[in-house]
Amino acid sequence: MTTTSSQTPETAGPPVEQPTGHDYRLSELQTLEAESIHIFREVAAEFGRPALMFSGGKDSLVMLHLAAKAFFPARIPFKILHIDTGHNFPEVMTLRDKLVEEMSLQLVVGSVQDAIDSGDLTEVPGQGRNRLQTHVLLETVEKNKFDVLMGGGRRDEEKARAKERVFSFRDEFGQWDPKNQRPELWNLYNGRIHPGESIRAFPISNWTELDVWSYIEAEKLQVPGIYFAHERKVFERDGMLLADSDVSARRDDEPVFTATVRYRTVGDMSCTGAVESDAHTLAEIIDEIAASRITERGATRADDRFSEAAMEDRKREGYF
Amino acid sequence: MPMDLLRFATAGSVDDGKSTLIGRLLFDSKSIFDDQLNAVERTSRDKGFDYTNLALVTDGLRAEREQGITIDVAYRYFHTPKRKFIIADTPGHIQYTRNMVTGASTADLAIVLVDARAGIVEQTRRHAFLVSLLRVPHLVLCINKMDLVDYDQDVYERLRQEFLSFATKLAIPDLQIIPISALLGDNVVERSTNMPWYDGPALLHQLENVYVSSDRNMVDARMPVQYVIRPQSNEYHDYRGYAGQIAGGVFKPGDEVMVMPSGLTSRISAIETADGPVAEAFSPMSVTFRLEDDIDVSRGDMIARPHNAPEPRQDLDAMVCWMVDSPLKQGRRLLIKHTTRTVRVAFRELQYRLDINTLHRDETAETLSLNEIGRVRFRAAQPVFADPYSRNRLTGGFIVIDAGTNATVGAGMVLDN
Repeated sequence: MTTTSSQTPETAGPPVEQPTGHDYRLSELQTLEAESIHIFREVAAEFGRPALMFSGGKDSLVMLHLAAKAFFPARIPFKILHIDTGHNFPEVMTLRDKLVEEMSLQLVVGSVQDAIDSGDLTEVPGQGRNRLQTHVLLETVEKNKFDVLMGGGRRDEEKARAKERVFSFRDEFGQWDPKNQRPELWNLYNGRIHPGESIRAFPISNWTELDVWSYIEAEKLQVPGIYFAHERKVFERDGMLLADSDVSARRDDEPVFTATVRYRTVGDMSCTGAVESDAHTLAEIIDEIAASRITERGATRADDRFSEAAMEDRKREGYF
Repeated sequence: MPMDLLRFATAGSVDDGKSTLIGRLLFDSKSIFDDQLNAVERTSRDKGFDYTNLALVTDGLRAEREQGITIDVAYRYFHTPKRKFIIADTPGHIQYTRNMVTGASTADLAIVLVDARAGIVEQTRRHAFLVSLLRVPHLVLCINKMDLVDYDQDVYERLRQEFLSFATKLAIPDLQIIPISALLGDNVVERSTNMPWYDGPALLHQLENVYVSSDRNMVDARMPVQYVIRPQSNEYHDYRGYAGQIAGGVFKPGDEVMVMPSGLTSRISAIETADGPVAEAFSPMSVTFRLEDDIDVSRGDMIARPHNAPEPRQDLDAMVCWMVDSPLKQGRRLLIKHTTRTVRVAFRELQYRLDINTLHRDETAETLSLNEIGRVRFRAAQPVFADPYSRNRLTGGFIVIDAGTNATVGAGMVLDN
């Protein structure tokens, strides 16, 4: 056996002579924006039928804005997909329709209510519609033959997300296998799939909740009014404040009261909790989040509380 | 100056206190939220700890707990008023090489942990070697568990000397060695009063202040073309823009550029973004070039300068880390993705396999298996426009893809032919 024992790595080399006197720096948000735009362009270049998931929440509004920037001055070259639980905040739907108009978006809607009405799905009272969303999502993907879905998932949200790739491979049943993920190095993403398989792409993986709000403020993005403090009739369940509405499945022992609240996430109205807040402006929201001691999902999502591994389970089944 | 971004990787096993250190950084920078902390306190009690075990903050998925495995790289986030940090947290033991290579590929800085009682061990050398192989520009060696050696300066000095004599061979441009106790917080966020003999920075101070702007290649102008923007609207009837993320150097409007592989030249008429044109573009900006001449440019092309362009390479020598169970061997159908270009390659030759514990080169080896690293020669079906990895990590790195399964099977770093 021939061996040598030089220990210097083969990739070593002389330092690159750099220009001096000029500090080429980007801020944190500029760096994140550049990375996200790169990811959007990779998706558009490598896939035939992409779609961007849109919920009307702050993350998807940032996604839409980044997508518009990535292809400027052309229009966004893919469809926008909304999985409609039927339990919507009206302000969110109004904003969605306004943006579709302003940005000439091609919107595709998958309706949970339609699937329930047609008997494809059965609703479990009091459980919210998140699990049902997965079924409608997978059906809509199949019908439209989408080969990649872009979502606003962030790795700071939850520990199942912390381990997910930017290009997350899904088998022909839409399932995520956390043990069998493709390594991602540098800024190189592997988007190769066989027919029937798909990729979920997460262009804002590296953003935090604070980044999202800072960006919304810096870019002056429109967000639904429910993110700002307002008076609302609510009731308390498991330490969360849920809106009292037709879809809330409130029990008799849960009294309704009026509180000044805002939402930190936008989801299914029946299982998304509000937080007490006096934040009336973006600057106040940013201050509140910077000082907050509770994660956004911990504060506001009943669906993630069913079990400690709730998100992990739903992702394996094909949820975002 | 607005807050900037530092990406760092951590290497070390649970025994070295890596999870405790990350938990400590997150906790002391107030990045652990009450609901997370409550869960950690609950689990600490359930597991019979008499203290809140911060290591549990980085506890993984149920799939991992049930099967006793650790799933590769987890990304974690925190910020201070100065910087935002992205941690690539890589497990130390299982599949360490593959995971560390992955985590280190994007890192500006790496933290390698050592147990003060165990000293510089084989794993320390391995981690430090991988950090230098991936050309992570800054290394912080944390000598942890100083509380368990009575904060003894002699222990620190001995380990420091031992590591320095090893590290001189590693081409690490910037090295800092910090004595800490992750469990008790000494020299993590605040300077420790238990080690008055240590006059260097605490870890967080180092993370907040390390200068990373000069780590990119600002000399060799490179833009891999990602996407051609053609609005096909009345307003932008003849518009053609070449979109991409700058991978090196600085481009300005008016610059003469050469497009590979055609070799055609033109001038940049404008560098555009959705926020308006910019006067110069540098890494990692995502921009759109417009050229004065109507020449053929498409995805996978490389825009550079006429007198400073990467050599077209079909014979590609590279250090390759193999990442899957089925080995690299002759006849396997492979692709590489380099910048925005994906090409077929044939595996021609393994020049040697590197034992990353002893750093010996085995020139008789013929294949690479999972977690092995070697010097490989590929033959590409079309040229790629690569720089040596030592000059530019973005134009010198590539991934290897199995053409049958589509899995990512390896990572490569281009060497001078």
